[in-house]
Amino acid sequence: MLIVNGLTKIFNIGTVNENIALRDVSFSLNEGDFVTLIGGNGSGKSTLLNCIAGVYPVESGSIIIDGVDVTKLNEHKRAAMLGRVFQDPMLGTASNMGIEENLALALRRGQRRTLRWGISNKERELYRKLLKKLDLGLEDRLGTKVGLLSGGQRQALTLVMATLKKPRLLLLDEHTSALDPKTAQMVLDISDQFIRESRITTLMVTHNMRDAIKYGNRLIMMHNGRIILDIRDEDKQKLTIEDLLKRFGKASGEEFNNDTALLS
Amino acid sequence: MNHMPEILLGAVTLGLLWAVMTIGVYITYRILNIADLTVEGSITMGAAIAASLISKGINPYLATLLALLGGMAAGLVTGLLHTKLRIPPLLSGILTMIALYSVNLRIMGRANISLLRVDTVYTVFMNLGLNRTSAVLVLGLICVISLICILYWFFGTEIGCAVRATGNNPQMARAQGINTKSMIILGLIISNGLVALSGALISQSQSFADVQMGIGSIVIGLASVIIGEVLFSRTSFYSILISLALGAITYRIIIALVLKMGMPANDLKLFTAITVAVALSLPMFRAYLSPVKRSIREDE
Repeated sequence: MLIVNGLTKIFNIGTVNENIALRDVSFSLNEGDFVTLIGGNGSGKSTLLNCIAGVYPVESGSIIIDGVDVTKLNEHKRAAMLGRVFQDPMLGTASNMGIEENLALALRRGQRRTLRWGISNKERELYRKLLKKLDLGLEDRLGTKVGLLSGGQRQALTLVMATLKKPRLLLLDEHTSALDPKTAQMVLDISDQFIRESRITTLMVTHNMRDAIKYGNRLIMMHNGRIILDIRDEDKQKLTIEDLLKRFGKASGEEFNNDTALLS
Repeated sequence: MNHMPEILLGAVTLGLLWAVMTIGVYITYRILNIADLTVEGSITMGAAIAASLISKGINPYLATLLALLGGMAAGLVTGLLHTKLRIPPLLSGILTMIALYSVNLRIMGRANISLLRVDTVYTVFMNLGLNRTSAVLVLGLICVISLICILYWFFGTEIGCAVRATGNNPQMARAQGINTKSMIILGLIISNGLVALSGALISQSQSFADVQMGIGSIVIGLASVIIGEVLFSRTSFYSILISLALGAITYRIIIALVLKMGMPANDLKLFTAITVAVALSLPMFRAYLSPVKRSIREDE
């Protein structure tokens, strides 16, 4: 359902700071795939996600979602097909607006916005039901400004918003790395639950090897702007951290140098 | 001090007309998070369009409506400069403001137009037996109250929510499928339309339009926004809109009082600038003075 073909992204092109972030990246996702995307700093994993979401234009290659070539489509137009959660918990929600207002914005993703009232009572029931599943007490605080919530609560809310209208593809960009370990685990569990329940095709960037192995049915590893490993299904189920490090060394000819990924 | 009631009434009346402008400034400054200097030109533009059309014998209500449309066009220009040509918002506003100075002179044909002895939007009310100040007061109230109702409705609609989200967090807005560029343009159009409407109403109440009348108006608008926010409630959107009107009125009362106390009128802009600087730094002083907040900061 997602086909990425020969994607190349170069930052600061033509200057001394020229940086090739993606080199001819090609891969495709099947319906219902839950892919963890792992790599060290500067490997291009977040850039890849941002290119798919339309944040950056690409130098060459194409991105096809559900048979539609979106390579030249604006970010807000692609949003109709995508659910996104960012690394920074502040980025996914509007802090000056209420919880229900944020959800109402998300419910209208991909729809033409009109001069109808921005939120209906029927919706509020749906929001209460969905927020109850988070078990964070947010269902009783629909009017509360999102700016008053904690990072973990905001990230959980962003996740609800990203999946409120089932996206064709869910993009999670290291969405737990700015949270404390306990909260990160909670948000990861909620993500996993949502993704499985609704069978949402997902691309989750992480730099945590254990999470990359534990979650999803497929693992893609990037290095220097290229995909160097693509491990699936049964092969992935048997995968251990030692395996992954060994295979990384073989594929890249280097040792894995990301301390955070090793330690966690 | 015999004239005090009249002075206060005059200040309240003028404040109501400036409240329309203040609400426009609030839309860019607080909702869109842009300091839009276009208003310095669009307030004059509103006055220029209204005055020149009225002096040519056009119906004052039609002239005022066209002034509103003129201001919206000015907002559109700033919006296009910012979103399509990627010029920073502050600079886009300055460019439009400077351009409008020439445009306004063209509209008026000279530096000022007198509106004495012609019918204005207030004449209808004066024909009902009201004196001039009361007529301005009544029409000002009608304008401000209907504006508050309309804007309360608009910013509650799907499009209005999208404008608010754009100003609050553009990245989130785009991720939710909102065309942030269109929303910025829309906000600038509404804002400058209101500012021009305010200019049209002010020029008719003071019976002249002057090409210089916009100078410093952004600071007056900001002063009114901040006075409104500091002195009055800002819990719900309704109360924010009302507090903006009260802020504009309070500003006019303060100005009337300091003039009455003998401050030279030439020092007014300096006084206003200092007021705004002090008001803008209030949150900082307050954070240092409030014991509760200080203890929170120590906990961190």
